[in-house]
Amino acid sequence: MIDAIFAHLPILLIVMPLVAAPCCVLTGNGRAAYALALVVSLLTFACSITLLEETLVHGVVRYELGDWSPPYGIEYRVDIFSGFVMSFVSGIGAIVLVYAPLSVRDEISESKHYLFYATYLLCMTGLLGMCVTGDLFNVFVFLEISSLSSYALISLGRTRRAPLAAFQYLILGSIGATFILIGIGLLYQMTGTLNMGDIAARVPHEHGPRTVLVAFAFLTVGLCVKMAVFPLHTWLPNAYTYAPSVVTCFIAATATKVSVYAFVRIIFEIITPGFAFDVLPLDTELMLFSLVGIFIASIAAIYQDNVKRLLAYSSVAQIGYMLLGISMATPTGLSAGIVHMFNHALIKGGLFMVAGCFALRLGSVQLSDWKGAGRTMPLTSLAWAIGGLGLIGVPLTAGFISKWLLLTSAFEAGRWPVAALMLLSSLLAVVYIWRVVETLFFAEPSEAAANATEAPLRMLIPTYVLIGATLVFGVWTSYSAGIARQAAIALLGGTP
Amino acid sequence: MTLESVAGLYNYWVVIFLMMTGFYIVLARKNLIKSVIGLNIFQTSVFLLYITMGKVEGGTAPIVPPAIAAAQAHAAHGSDAGHAATPHVEGAHEVAHAALQHGGELASTTTEIIYSNPLPSVLMLTAIVVGIATTALALALVVRIREDYGTVDEERILELDRGE
Repeated sequence: MIDAIFAHLPILLIVMPLVAAPCCVLTGNGRAAYALALVVSLLTFACSITLLEETLVHGVVRYELGDWSPPYGIEYRVDIFSGFVMSFVSGIGAIVLVYAPLSVRDEISESKHYLFYATYLLCMTGLLGMCVTGDLFNVFVFLEISSLSSYALISLGRTRRAPLAAFQYLILGSIGATFILIGIGLLYQMTGTLNMGDIAARVPHEHGPRTVLVAFAFLTVGLCVKMAVFPLHTWLPNAYTYAPSVVTCFIAATATKVSVYAFVRIIFEIITPGFAFDVLPLDTELMLFSLVGIFIASIAAIYQDNVKRLLAYSSVAQIGYMLLGISMATPTGLSAGIVHMFNHALIKGGLFMVAGCFALRLGSVQLSDWKGAGRTMPLTSLAWAIGGLGLIGVPLTAGFISKWLLLTSAFEAGRWPVAALMLLSSLLAVVYIWRVVETLFFAEPSEAAANATEAPLRMLIPTYVLIGATLVFGVWTSYSAGIARQAAIALLGGTP
Repeated sequence: MTLESVAGLYNYWVVIFLMMTGFYIVLARKNLIKSVIGLNIFQTSVFLLYITMGKVEGGTAPIVPPAIAAAQAHAAHGSDAGHAATPHVEGAHEVAHAALQHGGELASTTTEIIYSNPLPSVLMLTAIVVGIATTALALALVVRIREDYGTVDEERILELDRGE
C-alpha cells in the first residue's frame, strides 16, 4: 500500500490540490474550505520533501502519466533542481496558509472565503505542476493555471485598485504566456516532440534554421515578463501592493521563482548554455538588464511610502540577483542563482507576512501610519529587522550565503566591476530597510500605533518560522546551498 | 525569396498580420474592452500558427477511412461470423467487398494514405480553453472596474486614481 502511494507521488502532488480546489467550492463554507486546504497543502509539502529525498538518494524520478511511455504520453520528471523548488514552494504555501485565517477574515469579505481557498489551491497546483512536468506544452498549461488563479487572487484586494492591478497583470501576463506558446510551437515544429528531454536531443543549434532562434527569442521574452525582469516588471508593483496581504506573501515568495525555474530549465537543457551564452550574447544581456534592474528598482524602493510597494520594488531587484548568478553559467554562479531563489522566497515571504501583521493591527501599510509601532508591537518589528538584515545580506543570514556565492563567482569569472556594483547595490537595500526600521523604532508613535497591540500569535508564529529559517539557513547550508550546488552541476551536465 | 515562396507561405502571412494587429491593439488601446479584444486576436493568431504546422500537404484528416476500418472488421470477424453479424457490420462488409473489387487496391491504399498531424490541433483545443478562461476572467474584472470607477477608459481611471 505504502509502496503503491510512493510510486505515484509525482502525480499525487498535482492531483491532491487540484481535486481539493473544487471540493473547497462544494463545501461553500469558509472554515471547512480552510481546513481542507490546510491539510492538502501540508500533505503536498510532505510529498515534495519525500520526492526531494528520493532524488537525492536515487537520482531522477520519472513518472509516466496513464502508463503511456513518452513521447506518446506525458512524462513527469523530478530531479534535484525541481525537487528543491517544489519543496520550498509547497512549504511556503503551507506556512502561508497557517498564517492566513485572521488576515483573510480582516481583508476579504466572509462570503468569498471558500472561493479564496479554492483559488489558492489552484495557484499552488499550477506552480507545482510547472516544476514537476517534463513536457513543454504542459509547462504552458500549468503556467496558465497558476497565472489565471493569481489574477483572481489579486483582484480580491480591499481597494478598487486591486481589480485594475489584476487586469493590468492579466494583459501583460497573457502576452507573456502567448509568447511562450509561440516559442513552444516553433520548437515543436523543428523537433516533432514536446518531451523536454527529446527536444533537447533533437533541436539543431549552431547553423540551425532561423526558426529555432525565433523560438528561443519568444520563450526568453515570454518568461522574462513572467519573471518580472526589468524593464518588463511593470505589472508587479501594483499587483503586489493592492493584493490581499496573504496573497502577496504567497505570490511574491513563489510565483516569480517558479518562472525563473522554468527559464533555467529551458536555457540549460533546451537552448544549452553553449548556444545561449557563447553563440548568442544572452549572458551579457541578462547581466546588463539585471544590474540596471537592481539599481533602478532599489532606488525606486527607497522613495516608496507604501511598504508593500517598497517590498515589491525590492523583489524586482532581487530577481536581478538571481539572473546575475544564472548569467555567469559557472557551477558557483548558477548555484548562487538557485539558492537565492530559495533564500529570497524565505526572506520576502517573511517580510510580507510582517507587513500583513501591521496591516491587521494598524489597518494600513503606509509607512507614515507605522510610526513608532516598534513600541507597541516589538516582536513584529523585530521580525522586520531580522528579515531586513537577510535582504541586505548581512553575515549569519540566508541572504549573505547567496550574495557570498554571487561575489565568489563574479571574482572567479574575473568580473570585478560586477562584484563592486553588487556591493554598492546592497547599500541601497540598507537604505530602504533602515527607513522602515527608523520609522518603527525611533519615530513618535502615531495615534493608531500607540493604541495597537502585538500581532496575534497565530500570525506571529508562522512569521517567525520563515524569519527564523533565514537565520538557520544562513548558518547551516547543506540543505540550501548544498542542494543548489548539486542541482547546478547536474544542469551544467556534470555528475554531482 | 521568390514570389512563389512568398505566396506559398500565405498562411504564415495571415498569422503574422493577425498577431501584429492584436498586439498593436493591446498596446495602443485606452479602452479596457478593446484591449481584451486585442488579446483575443493575438491568441487566435497563435491557434492558426499551430494548425498550419499540423497540416501535411495532401494529407487527410487523421481518422481511419471507412474502407480500411471495414476491412479490419472483416478480418477480425472472419467470413462465417459475418453472416450472423449486425446490419452495421454487414454494411461495412459490402464496403469492404467494393474496395476489394478494385483489384486488391486496399493493401496499397493502407500504406499510401497520408494523414495530417493531429497533435497541434489537439494542443490548440487546450489553448482555446485557456483563452476562454482568460477572456472570461478579464471581462469579469472589467465589470468590477466599471462598477467601482464608472468607466472603462484607462486614462480616465488613472485620472480618478490620481485625484484621490
